[in-house]
Amino acid sequence: MKPIRPVGIVGYGGYVPAYRIKASEIGRMWGNEGCALPIVEKAVAGPDEDMTTIAYEAARYALVRARIDPHEIGAVFIGSESKPYAVKPSGTIVAEALGIGSQLLAADYEFACKAGTEAFQTCIGLVSSGMTKYAMAIGADTAQGRPADELEYTAASGGAAFIFGLKSEETVAYLEGSCSFTTDTADFWRRAGQPYPRHFGRFTGKPAYFRHVVTAARMLMEELGLGPEDFDWAVFHQPNAKFPVKAAKMLGIPKEKLEPGLLVPYIGNTYSGSSPLGLAATLDVAEPGDRILMVSYGSGAGSDAFSFVVQDAIEEKRPLAPPVRAFIARKKYVDYAFYARFRGKLLK
Amino acid sequence: MKALAAITGAGCTKVGEHWERSLLDLAVEACLRALEEAGNPPVRALYVGNAASELVNEQGNLAALLADALALEGIKAAEVRAGDASGALALHQACLDVSLGQEGAVLVCGVEKMTDVMAPEVERVQMLFEDSRSTFHSGVTVPGLCALLTALYMERYKASYEDIVLFAVNDHRNAANNPCAQYPFPITVETVMGSPLVADPIRLFDTAGIGDGAAALVLTRPEEARKACDAPVAVVASEVATDRVNVCEREDLLCLRSLRLAAKRALKRAGLEINRVSFFEVHNTTSILGILALEALGLAEPGRGVELLREGEIAIGGRCPTNTMGGLKGRGHPWGATGIYQAVETVWQLRGEAGKNQVEGAEVGLAHNMCGLGSISCVHVFARWEVVS
Repeated sequence: MKPIRPVGIVGYGGYVPAYRIKASEIGRMWGNEGCALPIVEKAVAGPDEDMTTIAYEAARYALVRARIDPHEIGAVFIGSESKPYAVKPSGTIVAEALGIGSQLLAADYEFACKAGTEAFQTCIGLVSSGMTKYAMAIGADTAQGRPADELEYTAASGGAAFIFGLKSEETVAYLEGSCSFTTDTADFWRRAGQPYPRHFGRFTGKPAYFRHVVTAARMLMEELGLGPEDFDWAVFHQPNAKFPVKAAKMLGIPKEKLEPGLLVPYIGNTYSGSSPLGLAATLDVAEPGDRILMVSYGSGAGSDAFSFVVQDAIEEKRPLAPPVRAFIARKKYVDYAFYARFRGKLLK
Repeated sequence: MKALAAITGAGCTKVGEHWERSLLDLAVEACLRALEEAGNPPVRALYVGNAASELVNEQGNLAALLADALALEGIKAAEVRAGDASGALALHQACLDVSLGQEGAVLVCGVEKMTDVMAPEVERVQMLFEDSRSTFHSGVTVPGLCALLTALYMERYKASYEDIVLFAVNDHRNAANNPCAQYPFPITVETVMGSPLVADPIRLFDTAGIGDGAAALVLTRPEEARKACDAPVAVVASEVATDRVNVCEREDLLCLRSLRLAAKRALKRAGLEINRVSFFEVHNTTSILGILALEALGLAEPGRGVELLREGEIAIGGRCPTNTMGGLKGRGHPWGATGIYQAVETVWQLRGEAGKNQVEGAEVGLAHNMCGLGSISCVHVFARWEVVS
């Protein structure tokens, strides 16, 4: 899919909470000491944080880098599966806190872990069509994992925000094209009223994650006439440390191209924030002219693939806000007891 | 040796996670392969071995369903259930049917699709093959029971776990050359020891995985065999025996009595000594059961089975090559299909089609399939057509 008029990212920001729990600490809790674990440690939202505060933090940095008047933003979309309210939009909270005016379109998106890039697609369409000058897409989560479930090792908190505008000298990276691949594949779900999602074990791999990620990426490459060698960097949805590396291998992309955006070993799976945070971290190191492949994955299931080309403005805008790696380096470990308290796993 | 029945066709699917295919899809594929090999003879009866389709796939009545799917209109069809011994027990029933002396082929298929449910449900269903009063409701699992046996074996015979899991290592080495194996790659003792603990001392790489698969055979009366195909394989014995279902009620926890009885009857029926058997396919849900099977077959004294492993005697080229195409650990263990997979692989060996895993000069093969920890054992002895009188 290519927009009628070229669109790009004018500002971006990422945020990861300061608290961490080591996967080995979760393993200790559940009697899995000494076993191979899917990641090293994961980010844990503090007791005064939720998805909207994480989204706000990321959006604030995006706004700083965009160097625009917040009132020029005509749309705010948040993709998440940990909305504080079942009924009441989260986008309104974030927009109001950012000082964005009320002449605004706001909505929350849900598509498991790809709700954030779903918001990308809508923003790109609104800006390209001229319906709004700037539009903001946020992917953020405080993901839920049932105690003792394998998801508990990885379900983490974090988010990233992107402001889209028509391509100009202010654009840090412009969009070459995007592609979405969607099927009805029930690999992971959470029904209304349930506190934790359910998943179908190994079914979440080959027929779900790999099929959708690889197909969306291949379709995009075909549409743009590009091959894996044309991309300088690649970012995939990161449910664990293995999947994105394997997907890259299947596509013929060397592991080194994933490195800047491969955050999962140290922050966990931030769900809707996962691939957007990876993109933000990649923009933190990319050079003008670099081409970035980004592919999200949402259970249920679908993938959005994007090709972005970095522009000169990145060099001026990058230092205006902290890089994602700064948030990853800023950490305070908690044990399982604190984690249980912070994440509301104890009945009071 | 006299043939009870002739195998004129054998076929199977790859064992694996067949997400996109149904139980019936798998069964049909295996049957069509076997029938094609046999030259598509008129089939008069069908036997289906399956352990748990009603619980796992919400589908019962597999015999009529498969006959219908194969367009075998009006034939006799029956379903055989005995947990993970269902496959070989179905083969036993098919052999009995052949012995009726009627004209026409008998098709036997073992099929299981386990990935329709999550692993904890698979474990739960597997325990339903045990005595629910004494065993299932205690909460123990099959790996849990095997852990008890392993610990007892280690204590009684001063064996090390590292030696016991050489059985799993042997399986994987052989599976590496089996195109239909679920895990076609070699592993080492270190791989096993580095894998997660399932039930102390049993580790993940010591247990058969969860997989889908189907295997099928076409049987005919011995006198029809040569007409049907160039290289039939003879079934020379098909025997079944039972043991106390509750392992705690057995005289000796480390004796697979059902196997001992079935093997004794089978060898007697075939008129063979155990040393005439060129290779063995045994039922190793975990390594300990494989070792106890070797001992029950009389290949080693009780407590000496690990020596066969250490000395490489169960490897291809050894004194008693075992699980030559990967066994339950390497090829995979789709419960009700396992017994037929063993038979299909035995056919490959006896026809000289086992590729890199070919046992030189293989004339007689023995396959052992059992339910759980040996509540029921089926033993089949197969032979090259040329050595049957």
